[in-house]
Amino acid sequence: MAMLHTVNKSPFEKNTLDSCIDHALKGSSILLFEDGVYGALKGTTIAGKVLQAMGDVSVYVLGSDLRARGLSEESIIEGIKITDYPGFVDLAGSHANVQSWL
Amino acid sequence: MSEIIKKFMYVNRRAPYGTIYALESLEVVLIGAAFDQDVSLAFIDDGVFQLTSGQDTKDAGMKNFSPTYSALGDYEVTKIYVEKESLEERGLTLDDLQDLKYEDEDEDWAEKDSIRLVNRAELAKVMDEQDVLLSF
Amino acid sequence: MKFGIQVNEGPYNHQSSDSAYQFTKAALEKGHEIFRVFFYHDGVYNGSRLGVPPQDDRNITELWEALAEEHDLDLVVCVAAAQRRGVLDASESKRNGKDADNIAPKFRISGLGQLIEAGVQSERLLVFGD
Repeated sequence: MAMLHTVNKSPFEKNTLDSCIDHALKGSSILLFEDGVYGALKGTTIAGKVLQAMGDVSVYVLGSDLRARGLSEESIIEGIKITDYPGFVDLAGSHANVQSWL
Repeated sequence: MSEIIKKFMYVNRRAPYGTIYALESLEVVLIGAAFDQDVSLAFIDDGVFQLTSGQDTKDAGMKNFSPTYSALGDYEVTKIYVEKESLEERGLTLDDLQDLKYEDEDEDWAEKDSIRLVNRAELAKVMDEQDVLLSF
Repeated sequence: MKFGIQVNEGPYNHQSSDSAYQFTKAALEKGHEIFRVFFYHDGVYNGSRLGVPPQDDRNITELWEALAEEHDLDLVVCVAAAQRRGVLDASESKRNGKDADNIAPKFRISGLGQLIEAGVQSERLLVFGD
């Protein structure tokens, strides 16, 4: 079983998404929530790095935090899976361990 | 205290003094030592600044807690991972850090280095093996 | 599955406590067990009963208390972090010569060992912070 990484800060405010991607092993997953959802947006300076990471890592984004911030499903990078809190719970259970990148 | 032994990693990514996270995470490590778990500390990103030597907080009016790191060996915390890339990005080398040691009871109390300098890829693998990762 | 939850930030200033609450609630609704919710750093402020947030917004402390009441949750505030920040129960207040206490009834104050125990006894520990 692999690791679930969580990122809750904007990649334009902190380096947490950057650092997370740099340490995420192939087969692991990253969940973007709170302000971390901005890391899921298309066309940003970090989108290329996120897309490249998606070759090895599954990326999820929390729908409620996207909607709270007025971000549509169409605005996020294709291939990022939108999930909810029950989905977040399932992800925590189906991965061996959880690391929060704060 | 417990039959279960888990791999606990304390992940430190912030500089000292600007926020309380460095100090309060160290407090968890010290209390946690009594639970006989398999403990490691990781210092990455700005976390590497926590270990620099020569911290003088007198004029800043804050408590200098950096001597606590050198006591970690006495608490049987002997695995202190410092990330090479994080040091280099900040213009630091191991020489800028405190020389942290522990006494190995399995080798006649020989003094050994607690700091393990690892690269990002190596640290990622160590992180992956942990049961519990505490972030502050 | 048995979860441990750590909350590092106070109510309102960061979304951490809201997120931790939502995760905890979802886990309980799915039939999982929450071993403990441990409040550290500014997270201890979630345990003050004196908060009076605006009526048209959520009351985070009360939300935690209602969830604790419904599911018999163990909400623990770290004593060292709480003392530092002025979150006290009656005995801590008396012991330290203070003239008031402010802990919310469903929270209890205890040591950092409770966090480590949560890490040992839970199958997954999640940290919500900044």
